[in-house]
Amino acid sequence: MSARRQEVRLNRREFIVMGIGVAGSLVIGIPAAALAEGDRERMIGFFVQIDADGNVIIGSNQPEIGQGIRTALPMLVAEELDAEWSKVSVRQMPLGIVKTEDGYTWKYGGQGVGGSTGLTDNWDYMREVGAIARQQLVRAAAARIGVDPAQCTTRPGVVLCSAAGVEISYGSLIADAAQLDLPDEPPELKSVDDYRIVGSRRKTVDAFEIVTGRAKYGTDTIRPDMRYAAIARAPVLNAGVESFDDSRARQIEGVLDVFAIEGPKMGEPYFLLASGVAVVATSTWAAMEGKAALDIKWQESPSADDSSNKFWQENEAMLQTRGQVVLDDGNFDSAMADATKVVEHRYRIPFVAHAPMEPQNCYAYVQEDRCHVIVPTQMPSGASRAAARVTGLPRENIHVDMTRVGGGFGRRMPVDYVTEATLISQRTGWPIQLLWSREDDMRNDFYRPGGLHEMRAGLDDDGKVVAWTQRLASGSKHYRRPNKPDDELWTPELYPDDFPRRMVDNMRLEYFHNAIGLPRGSWRAPAHTANAFVVQSFLDEIAHETGQDPLQLRLEMLGEDRELGYSNHGGPTFNPGRLARLVDFVAERIDYTQELPKGRGIGFATHFTFGGYAAHAMEVTVSDAGELTIERIVAAIDCGLAVHPNAVAAQLEGGTIDGLSTALGLEITVKDGQVEQSNFDNYPLARIAAFPAKFETHILPFNDIPTGVGEIGLPSAAPALTNAIFAATGKRIRTLPIGDQLRRRA
Amino acid sequence: MIEFKVNSESVSFDGDSGTPLLWVIRDHLQMTGTKFGCGVGECGACTVHINGRARKACMLPVSSVAGRSVTTIEGLAPDDANLHPVQQAWLEHDVPQCGYCQAGQIMAAVDFLKSHPQPTDEDIDNNIDNLCRCGTYVRIRKAIHRAAQLMAAGEKT
Repeated sequence: MSARRQEVRLNRREFIVMGIGVAGSLVIGIPAAALAEGDRERMIGFFVQIDADGNVIIGSNQPEIGQGIRTALPMLVAEELDAEWSKVSVRQMPLGIVKTEDGYTWKYGGQGVGGSTGLTDNWDYMREVGAIARQQLVRAAAARIGVDPAQCTTRPGVVLCSAAGVEISYGSLIADAAQLDLPDEPPELKSVDDYRIVGSRRKTVDAFEIVTGRAKYGTDTIRPDMRYAAIARAPVLNAGVESFDDSRARQIEGVLDVFAIEGPKMGEPYFLLASGVAVVATSTWAAMEGKAALDIKWQESPSADDSSNKFWQENEAMLQTRGQVVLDDGNFDSAMADATKVVEHRYRIPFVAHAPMEPQNCYAYVQEDRCHVIVPTQMPSGASRAAARVTGLPRENIHVDMTRVGGGFGRRMPVDYVTEATLISQRTGWPIQLLWSREDDMRNDFYRPGGLHEMRAGLDDDGKVVAWTQRLASGSKHYRRPNKPDDELWTPELYPDDFPRRMVDNMRLEYFHNAIGLPRGSWRAPAHTANAFVVQSFLDEIAHETGQDPLQLRLEMLGEDRELGYSNHGGPTFNPGRLARLVDFVAERIDYTQELPKGRGIGFATHFTFGGYAAHAMEVTVSDAGELTIERIVAAIDCGLAVHPNAVAAQLEGGTIDGLSTALGLEITVKDGQVEQSNFDNYPLARIAAFPAKFETHILPFNDIPTGVGEIGLPSAAPALTNAIFAATGKRIRTLPIGDQLRRRA
Repeated sequence: MIEFKVNSESVSFDGDSGTPLLWVIRDHLQMTGTKFGCGVGECGACTVHINGRARKACMLPVSSVAGRSVTTIEGLAPDDANLHPVQQAWLEHDVPQCGYCQAGQIMAAVDFLKSHPQPTDEDIDNNIDNLCRCGTYVRIRKAIHRAAQLMAAGEKT
């Protein structure tokens, strides 16, 4: 077992077992301090509760944003516990932190989702939770029968002792098992071959609650004496409130209070996104009406001249200069000078918004000595820190409950809405439910960074790529993050160990930072979305301009199976052969060599994202008028062992659609310091009609080491589409979104 | 005072008659299955039935439903053992990811299947326009076809 164990005795009967998890996070296992008195009779540690009738309730410590973690982690526990899956239900756990001598540590293991790590970070830990619970049940049964535990085994829900001819159900053992001390040795874990829950198709545990309208999201929070709040935020980036007239707002029935909220100054970290005026009321509608009735005078903003036009012009100008060289393998200049053929193109990636279906919201109730937060977030510990920052309360006095989350996509890694709700509750003394409008959400986001990529490759006489450079001018996602020096702003935008590192001998990466005043942050598969599009489009261009087959070029560059060092997130290694296998598979599956009429084409792409591998192939038609139809999609993922294959397929479907929807029509633009988009009418997420019924997903595991899946299926979708468009029309899309670039005027 | 029915029960509302039906359902009646997504009738997360037809509750003043019958996701099935065929199909295909839009998707599909009992993919493309940010469209399409089958089989028995 990988976890290092250490006991912290709190008193005679209560102790915590701590270990260092595989990802370096401190985890606390079983059994548990601080279980309520009554719980000690029916729970083994924090995670496993078994009722007398054999129903098993498994705690889920992670935020559920639609990725299926509330099903996947309990599957791990149930597998090792040897539980009957049909008797398992899942309970959402709150944030658990414990004060230590030098800060805080996790009570239920690290909590927070982002970077496709929810499963891999908890893979060992959750299996161990289940195995320990099973071990304690076996020991309790052995003690009752009077045999050695080694003479006992289990089948789902039951301990068996064949020597004594006895079977005892888990339900009748729980009280005994919960009282047993833990042995020092870690429990034995099952081998992959013995799995009957992990790796099998299971349905989402909350599906029934969802289809009957009972699942609770953040917006559904209703608490005693709760008031509703809305905020009118500055329309111009980085503008403060000069003054406001709330006389009309206060005449609206139900409006209780109106006051200003101060945002961060230009350049400061975003503890919240914008200055504004808060309206507190007795209903959501009264708060919205009150907000609409405000008359606010805004201060002059340092970002008042910001515009998308200016941003792109600045990027063009920067690319004429020398940027920060962040990778320089081999001798790029001489290799390029010796190249017999050079291919060079530029690609433009727009800013985009997260736009989760559930608008931002947060419940907060600040009292003198405590604070309660109920919030749909990816980062409950960030929520706790935000509330502590506002209130000055010690974090152990801040209780954070997590609801189901109506979409994450990275938007809910920041916790600006928690800061806002806590400020409003602190000021008014009321329990506050803060709700953002869709317009608030669209105009106040941590946008996916836009950037201009210049790609150049040098080839030798045989058509082999011998020199490669990517020069990127963009708005870094680490802009205005605390403790991020300027010379490291490139790190979240270029991942040096990505393809084609070590597959091309002479490689240079260069970065230029554009300090446009738009906030930016992590958007599902962050820089992989940009880089996969750019690199996989450029490879196609190299192939076409040098008379090579785009599949063969990829297969030759990727090469055989081998583990290359990968120091970026998703490492420690990257096996390009796994990408080769996937792209070869999807190309064959879609019958890429078939003859197609004019206006019809096939394209493909492949990319390694955060430890997982994916490839897409697409067939499209483009009519004479330029109308695009996606006829067929083949998507494949290699995530090692697929723990929860149903969710793996769902994430591959959803990731593909997310990538395509974004490439087809989504862009955030700025004019006079204001975001121009406001709602789904001018930020047109694609609808069902954009996607074909012919949509296949394939799970092709290379080995039995699981990786995350939430982001892996997205990056290669867009370049597969635009490569198919090129095959159909000869028109190369180098600027996203595709928008009306294909449209021909009659 | 505006009086109407929600899931066959009589209700009344004596606040601002311009309040959108969505907020009366969610805040006043505290039935939270119907969701707020955009407020401008673009996303369909707030879809309910008014006298049996799918409507977007975020744009509809409560005054416009006076005397009418509103059905929300909570009232679609008579009880848990007898889910509507569309809900059953949604479960069979395990459609939801985050799930936030799904109540609206289901309410839209139920009404759609009344006028298209045996829908083609083209019918779905032309009539189903609720947004799903997670991209569950692949499964929504399959579930609509499956629900049509279940409903046809139910009529035969």
